Amino acid sequence: MQLAVNIVVLAAIYALIACGYVLVYRVSRVLNLAHGELMMLGAYLLVATASLFSGHPLIAGAAALALSLLVGVLVYVLLMQRMTGEMVLAAVLATVALGILLRGVVVLVWSAQQQYPAQRLAVANPPIELFAGARISTFAAVLVVTTGVVYAALFAFLRFGRWGVRMRAAGQNPLLAAQRGINLHAVYALAWSLSTLIGSLAGMLIALDSGLTSTMVTIGLKAFPAALVGGLDSFAGALAGAAIVATAEVLLIHYVDPLLADVVPFLVLIAMLVVRPWGLFGTPEELDRV
Amino acid sequence: MSRVPRASGYFRIDYRQDFALVQTARERIALAVFAAALLVFPFLASPFGLDLACQVFLACIGALSLMLLTGYAGQISLGHAGLLAAGAFTAGILFRETGAPFWITLPSAAFVGALLGVVFGLPSLRLRGLYLAVSTLALHFVVVYLGGEYETKRGFSTGIVIDPPSLGPVALTDGRAWYFVLLAAAAATLLVCLNLARSRTGRAWQAIRAHETVAEALGISIAGYKLLAFVISSAITAVAGALFAYYRGFVSVEAFSLFLTIQYVAMVIIGGMGSWLGALLGAAFVTLFPYWIEAALFALPGARRYAGELFAVNFSAFGLVMILFLMFEPLGLTGIWRRIQNYVLLWPFRQRHGSRQ
Repeated sequence: MQLAVNIVVLAAIYALIACGYVLVYRVSRVLNLAHGELMMLGAYLLVATASLFSGHPLIAGAAALALSLLVGVLVYVLLMQRMTGEMVLAAVLATVALGILLRGVVVLVWSAQQQYPAQRLAVANPPIELFAGARISTFAAVLVVTTGVVYAALFAFLRFGRWGVRMRAAGQNPLLAAQRGINLHAVYALAWSLSTLIGSLAGMLIALDSGLTSTMVTIGLKAFPAALVGGLDSFAGALAGAAIVATAEVLLIHYVDPLLADVVPFLVLIAMLVVRPWGLFGTPEELDRV
Repeated sequence: MSRVPRASGYFRIDYRQDFALVQTARERIALAVFAAALLVFPFLASPFGLDLACQVFLACIGALSLMLLTGYAGQISLGHAGLLAAGAFTAGILFRETGAPFWITLPSAAFVGALLGVVFGLPSLRLRGLYLAVSTLALHFVVVYLGGEYETKRGFSTGIVIDPPSLGPVALTDGRAWYFVLLAAAAATLLVCLNLARSRTGRAWQAIRAHETVAEALGISIAGYKLLAFVISSAITAVAGALFAYYRGFVSVEAFSLFLTIQYVAMVIIGGMGSWLGALLGAAFVTLFPYWIEAALFALPGARRYAGELFAVNFSAFGLVMILFLMFEPLGLTGIWRRIQNYVLLWPFRQRHGSRQ
């Protein structure tokens, strides 16, 4: 039973991170390999706001989320906007470079030591007893619920929201979208800021649950196969992909070898690329194929 | 192929001349001076300088092989560190388990590299661009995992120690001996790459990079040449990895992180995509970069307090430089160098603005 709970929590983590990859890819066709680092930066922003508003966890969280929204806009305006028109690969490499830069900056500003934002905010993290003796920590439960809420909100936003429809239009055909008077730069900036916001949310919750070091990047990178397995331009796919990758990871770690932890998502990814490169729910014709 | 700027009055009159590696008397002189400088350098340099030069040569081999794959055949790989690791571990494991000498482990590393090249290259038959990059990235993690698994299962949890190899009667323990061995290896790699690039194979790769459908219509076997690019590049990379293992005397998975891959990709980008000179310049730049940063840290007032977190400073500066090159100088160091050459050649006239090769 504990295994099942672990799978659900890990799947929720991967799903929450993966939808950041999907959001940016779907709207601007750029694979954001700095997503893990942006997520980590979000978590460190919480550490920063935690020392400012130490008694008020909600205010600190809201402030950190607002900051992360700003970070997303800045990343687009300062970096990605200038990469439009270049090769897609150049844009991807720019995100890689951004990731390296952020890793360095985070350590310079907050040092490499492990941080515990939960202690700074003075919030407790008691385990909750579930059925059949399985336990889940409070923040892990919050994370699972958050993932559900975020996905529901995203679905609603993209389906019914004015800007959501614009985002989908820009993703489908930027030229036509621009012709219809959609401000592409605003749409892209929105996609980047939303993606950073959601990533930061994931980062903060993970940090609250289990502490924070710069190794958090690895989690971000491992969530990427989840996005790709589901199909890089599909949110439903990201959920399914996260479930598959998390199940495979937890089961293989438990029954085969704990050392497999870092490699399982990528094994799943390779298998998927061989069988169905566009992912479970992705759109095949958009894939640049031979 | 990037055009080398030349003074007016030089015309090629037959194909043999067009293919020649060194074309004008001035180039011949420059090359001779450069070679002489490389040969004299180890007798003047400090041990630290020798070590730096050796690292640059090792990086050159790796960067050249990546340039062959990415810059010429147009196949993106984010698995370079995995291939280096494969070569290093092949050498290390063979040495540990069987005590095999240098001249067996190096070809074995090349062989393992070639095999892995097929594995890394197979996805390229179906996938392109981003998806190919991702699949090679995934394979990187698999190779590194296998290396780590070997280390823990065999009880070398901190890494595998390798004795210095001996070339004939001379044991390679001395920095100067290593300098010449690695210089020869780098020069041989450069020669192989240059010759491949100007042969039928190289032209086929460039055609594939330019336009796959057209290349196929011209009768080029896409699958065959793509796999060949991966196999050759991976074999060279694995040899570079094995040489790295011998040079360091030590193999550990920690050395082959994703950051190493990014460094090699950065060499190709910073050097200038599609240019051999670029691979060499990029390799030197990226290898020496941390040392410049360190020197700058100790020279600048107030920067010294970051000395304890040198790696973080390195990461930030490195990411920044890579971003700056991607944004402002897509042709890389080669582009800058060519512009300087043009400027000198055309002086006192000015090159028309924005005319890039």
